[in-house]
Amino acid sequence: MKIRLFGPTTIMALALGLPAMAQSPIKIGFVSTFSGPQAAIGEDMRRSAELAKEHLGGKMGGKPFEIVYEDDTFKPDVGKQKSEKLVQQDKVNFVTGYIWSNVLLASLKTVTDEGDTILVSANAGPSQIAGELCNKNFFSTSWNNDQTPMAMGEYLQKKGVKSLYLMAPNYAAGKDMMAGVKRTFKGEIKGEDYTKWPDQLDFSAELAKIRAAKPEGIFIFYPGAHGVQFLTQYAASGLKGQVPLYQVFSIDAITLPQQKDLALGILGAQEWVNDLPNDANKKYVADFKKKHGTYPSFYGAQSYDAIMLIASAAEALKGDLSNKDKVRAEMKKANFKSVRGDFKFGNNNFPIENFYIQDTVKDAAGMLTLKTVATAVTAAVDPYASKCPMK
Amino acid sequence: MDYLLLQVLNGVQLGLLMFLLAAGLTLTFGIMDLVNLAHGSLYMMGAYIAWTLIGWTDSFVLGAILTLPATFLLGIVVEAVVMRRLYARDHLDQVLATFGLILFFNELVRVIWGPAGKSISVPQFLSHTVDILPGVPYPAYRFAIIAVGAVVAVLLAWLVARTRVGMLIRAGASNRRMIAALGVNIELLFSLVFGLGAVFAALAGLMAAPLTSVKIGMGDDILILAFVIIVIGGIGSIKGAFVAAMVVGQIDIVGRAFLPDFLKTFMSNAAASSAAPAISQVLVYVVMAGVLIWRPTGLFGQRT
Repeated sequence: MKIRLFGPTTIMALALGLPAMAQSPIKIGFVSTFSGPQAAIGEDMRRSAELAKEHLGGKMGGKPFEIVYEDDTFKPDVGKQKSEKLVQQDKVNFVTGYIWSNVLLASLKTVTDEGDTILVSANAGPSQIAGELCNKNFFSTSWNNDQTPMAMGEYLQKKGVKSLYLMAPNYAAGKDMMAGVKRTFKGEIKGEDYTKWPDQLDFSAELAKIRAAKPEGIFIFYPGAHGVQFLTQYAASGLKGQVPLYQVFSIDAITLPQQKDLALGILGAQEWVNDLPNDANKKYVADFKKKHGTYPSFYGAQSYDAIMLIASAAEALKGDLSNKDKVRAEMKKANFKSVRGDFKFGNNNFPIENFYIQDTVKDAAGMLTLKTVATAVTAAVDPYASKCPMK
Repeated sequence: MDYLLLQVLNGVQLGLLMFLLAAGLTLTFGIMDLVNLAHGSLYMMGAYIAWTLIGWTDSFVLGAILTLPATFLLGIVVEAVVMRRLYARDHLDQVLATFGLILFFNELVRVIWGPAGKSISVPQFLSHTVDILPGVPYPAYRFAIIAVGAVVAVLLAWLVARTRVGMLIRAGASNRRMIAALGVNIELLFSLVFGLGAVFAALAGLMAAPLTSVKIGMGDDILILAFVIIVIGGIGSIKGAFVAAMVVGQIDIVGRAFLPDFLKTFMSNAAASSAAPAISQVLVYVVMAGVLIWRPTGLFGQRT
């Protein structure tokens, strides 16, 4: 099998020599969900990646670059196939995107180990990759799944909420999120429900349980379309106004147009909010709004950062990505203007960053949007970093 | 006590929704001997057509009512164009052809309505809650589903038991060849039954839409459950479909509402909360297997 390494492509590359390499564009694979009910998330990420490309003038380190988008159709097996295609067939230099933890876990080895290609997760942050499975070829421009709920838990703890009822879908991220809130929230957990993912959209049985359990608050993680359904049914059940709802990743710029006024006053935690007062963010949000008429979501912000992070490494190396050790070293510096404000990478290549508490409000034009109301934690390190053997 | 009542109501609501879907399926399977995997697609089409009509008329009720004749027509067309060619074929051919129809409808929806899902909001006059007991509210919309489901069940029972068409349907379910031999226009009867099944499926789809969401493939998951219901109830039996749907509705709710707490009495919290969803998913299949051992033709199936 080893012989195949010296196949026709290698010989051609040797024959053509370095000048040909210098001409070829930098390729970035982008795996996200572009079809089905969660397609709106993928679209927001694509728009932000394209905006990053526009802001970079289509070049990184003097070389043109292109982004190849692939649809994971919201399924781990398809995500893995598409990642394989990007690495082996398209021979991309980087792979980024990944909304879903289960899709990322299925695709990780294909990209980082078999393909020896750098993967930048623009959203999913399963605990496994932050801990034992941490990888020199893996970087994140988001967070580890536990962190956002930890920030929320800490806030609720300080606020003096005595008891919570937890609800999340039954998959990798759902379990991480609930584990996260329990790390920092020390009050009573009145109950905990994991619902079928992704096909359960009816929460009547669970809402009735919440009513019977009488908690002081409900804490949920229902991303995308599921967040819309949960909020609708929470309001219809009459619990709104009786038991306050707290959330992570369930209310964002993508779901707000459907959740409408139901989302007003429901607090959530996030590492990025569209009103963060730094120059990179102001430019990103203003240009995004001008182009698409809506606010970008955190999925978009993280995708924008992923492209900017890759660009920072390519700039530093003047477009020569042939030495992977050098590329990794440059990536690790995180030497770019992130829209969340500057951050550092920890030993496991996850960001060490702040988390904010956000509320839903109406802007001057009457459009629903999110607003920072407090800083929950500063320079937070994820709880799995110590389990990662990398330094 | 209030809690139990709420969960029973939730089970009834889910059961009635499933009954609407299963009624059409059991009729086409029992009378026309047709395995129609695309029944879930009619459920999806009902929701999408309703989304469009509600948008046009700006009224949930009007849009929903207009959806019914539209899907009846759709059913008639599908029957005439595709199904009619399949009656003489064996079940495997029917499965293949109707599976093809699922792909066709999913793609059709993608072309017409786009890949992103749609949402139908709960109509304003049903978006409040009703107190079933003092201090125990229940969403009015779910009550409306129960009411509509119950009315349809009664209508259907009357249609099957008291009318001439119903007599033919029952006769067809027990012996298809004989009623054809007696000179009954079997083609017309089949068209009618299929159209009726499509209307029920669409009604289930459009009523479920505000609770869940309108999306491509929304009928595919629920179709499996509908098949389980008609197998438990006995193929061709409306009464069986009703009883089985009620049973399945309650099982689903019991699995979600009571199983985690029950498991926690002898398991660790973490193990119980991850085992419960898995067990509740297989619970209905266990019940189905049990019923089939006890009564191989289902609860109300024709003995052969």
